[in-house]
Amino acid sequence: MTTTALPLEEKKKTCEQEALITGAEAIAVACKLANVDVITAYPIRPYDTVMQYISQLVADGEMDCEFIVAEGEHSQFEIVKHASACGARVFCGSSGVGWMYAMECLTVSPALRVPMVCMVGNRALDDPGAFGVEHNDALAVRDLGWLLNWVDNGQEALDTALIAYRVAEDRRIFVPIAISCDGAFLTHSQALVKIPTQEQVKKFLPRYDRGDLLLHPDNVISVAPQANEDWVMEIRRQNFAVTERACEVIREVYADFERIFGRKYGNPFFEEYMTGDAEVVLLGMGTMSTSAKVAVRKLRAEGKKVGFVRLRWFRPFAGKEIANCLERFRAVGVIDRDFSFGSPDLSGVVATEVRSAMYNNASTRPPVLGFICGLGGREVTVPDVKEMTDIIFQAANGKAQPLTQWIGLRG
Amino acid sequence: MGQLFAVEIIYRGVFQKTLAKNITRGIVLAAHNEGKLGISFGRYGDSPERNGIPAKGFAIVAGDEQALEAGMAQYEPKAVDVTVVLDDTLCKGTESWAWYGLRPVHAALKPGGTLVVVSQLDAPTLLKVIHKRNESYKLGVLKGVTSFSGMWIYKDDHTDVRVLGAIAKALPQLLGLKAVEQFISEKLESTLKVMSAHSAFERFSAAEVKPGQGSADPLEHYTLPRWHEMRLGVSIKGQPQGGTFEDPITKEHGGFRPARNERFKKYSTRSFRPVVNFKTCTKCTLCWLNCPDGSFDVTPDGTYNANLESCCGCGICEAVCPVEDCITMVNESHFHGNDSQWVNFKKDQDAYLKWLEKTIETAEPFEQRSQGFRYRGQYQEQIPAALEIAKKG
Repeated sequence: MTTTALPLEEKKKTCEQEALITGAEAIAVACKLANVDVITAYPIRPYDTVMQYISQLVADGEMDCEFIVAEGEHSQFEIVKHASACGARVFCGSSGVGWMYAMECLTVSPALRVPMVCMVGNRALDDPGAFGVEHNDALAVRDLGWLLNWVDNGQEALDTALIAYRVAEDRRIFVPIAISCDGAFLTHSQALVKIPTQEQVKKFLPRYDRGDLLLHPDNVISVAPQANEDWVMEIRRQNFAVTERACEVIREVYADFERIFGRKYGNPFFEEYMTGDAEVVLLGMGTMSTSAKVAVRKLRAEGKKVGFVRLRWFRPFAGKEIANCLERFRAVGVIDRDFSFGSPDLSGVVATEVRSAMYNNASTRPPVLGFICGLGGREVTVPDVKEMTDIIFQAANGKAQPLTQWIGLRG
Repeated sequence: MGQLFAVEIIYRGVFQKTLAKNITRGIVLAAHNEGKLGISFGRYGDSPERNGIPAKGFAIVAGDEQALEAGMAQYEPKAVDVTVVLDDTLCKGTESWAWYGLRPVHAALKPGGTLVVVSQLDAPTLLKVIHKRNESYKLGVLKGVTSFSGMWIYKDDHTDVRVLGAIAKALPQLLGLKAVEQFISEKLESTLKVMSAHSAFERFSAAEVKPGQGSADPLEHYTLPRWHEMRLGVSIKGQPQGGTFEDPITKEHGGFRPARNERFKKYSTRSFRPVVNFKTCTKCTLCWLNCPDGSFDVTPDGTYNANLESCCGCGICEAVCPVEDCITMVNESHFHGNDSQWVNFKKDQDAYLKWLEKTIETAEPFEQRSQGFRYRGQYQEQIPAALEIAKKG
């Protein structure tokens, strides 16, 4: 391009910039670009990095918003819930037990149709106190009407935050979205991220319009009255309708994102890596994809045809598409960076969902093995991935394997 | 499958909660003396821990376990054999707390069933406010003072056992007097109460009410919306601000009337209503300030008028009014309709003040107007008089 002649300030406005930033910083930049009005914060590692970056942006005069440090996560989420009801675009987030402390507010937000966008810096739930990544925090709201997304790099974090505002604030959706970023691996590691221009974002993201749901003296409404058994089921059905429409809206928004920003994500719901001719695949969420991809390449060098599927959207769970994708393989291994104690087959949350999604394809479904791996921030190592691949190949070759195995555990 | 009976007790929240429970329990335990099975429960959604709210308690009695199960396989009985009304002001109709319009007091009563009302009034007087219906039923008055007590304190004025005696008379297939007496002497251990139940049984009688007989007051109907017709976000349209309103004589606008929820009128929550002397009102604002429901309209004259669509009859206005006899709580059964007192006052002051004087005369002494418990020893003082009235039957 010939833009080098432009002065630096002008260039910043009109051209896409590249910056070396963390995943948390990428989300902070997305908040600035999305012109978020109200942001609340309460420190907890690893989420607190995002509030550090945002407060820096505000202090430097680069971003204009209400930045409120609450006295705890419950208030943090309550404040943005109410601000959103009043028509403000909001951002919030937390990690681990901080997210759980806000649970009452997390529970009510979908029914109240609050399109807040949050970042969950995934962190193991206490006890023991631990900073490392585990996905059980964000997964705790999986049945409550939230849309849940896992990203695996800074670029995707920034892009997904913009996409999340567009999806959440679509009147057909109007529910909160949480973007999960693995603690440390994503929140604290810096990578080169392309930062779109304000003009592009303006084109992509319309004004947040709450319409007749706006809590304002000129639109007098009463929100969240008590209701008896004659009303609750109908209210639940309204949120069910959101999940019926969610996949379609998400597809639309990704297509528009590609049109405006030129970055292509393909299938919005999951990313396939070297699956074209694969005999078996592993499936997982978040930053474990890095070691998974490295291992896949190494295994292929050894002649083992393995692929990796990285799930982006956990809610909505694109069940049919996932099942249709996975039934092509001879065996599937699901890596859960979470636990679901006492679940069917004692598997993790994702493996249980994948099996459930594949149940309808009775004649074609391959064996699905569950792996619990990388808990509490433990690395999902390349040897771990190799070990899991070996196990799936054995299953593919007809040798029965345990349905759930712990990998990377001192046995 | 054996026989199946259902009885509902319509009562006022808080003030009669314990009484209603005692009666439904008594029905089940007494019927059990005849080898029958049963359950007793309060309507879950009523939230009867709120003053005066119309609430319901139920007893289901069955000949065998299968019949009982059939009776239990629903939230609450949709059709009952006996409806007992523990406060006669409820005869004007009831609204559940979710409000789907005023329901007739006998809405759940089976054709031919018996409506038992505890009251000092007679059946023809009660029928002036009980809505008419297409099926005949029986109406019987159990003469007595309305038994009100507090949340934690029970006024043991024998109303519970007297109602059991009346039910034994109304529906002997459900339970006989012997079973009631056995229950009282074994479980309540009181020969006096056995006598009360016995005399209630002797004196109680119910007469047929023919189709179409009763009040023609309009009933409101409400259709629940379908899920996609409902607003999103658990939100409902709020009320606008309200504003001035017209003086019926001068036609001038003034004062202030807040806009109120059209869907939630509190007629049936009230067992007493305030009557106001607009002549002696000093415009001190205390009733208006203290009313927990914001039920007072500020009239164009600057006086305060209790809006009867909104008033739930708590009596706080009477308690805070510094002027003697300016606001007086009078038993709701003395009134028909919910016309504005202020409009009547404006139309004919002398007639209104005469009406007011006459109306206040019918009010019980202030202490007895209390629905709840005001001072230690209150019930001991009240019970002998109540029993005397009950004895006269």
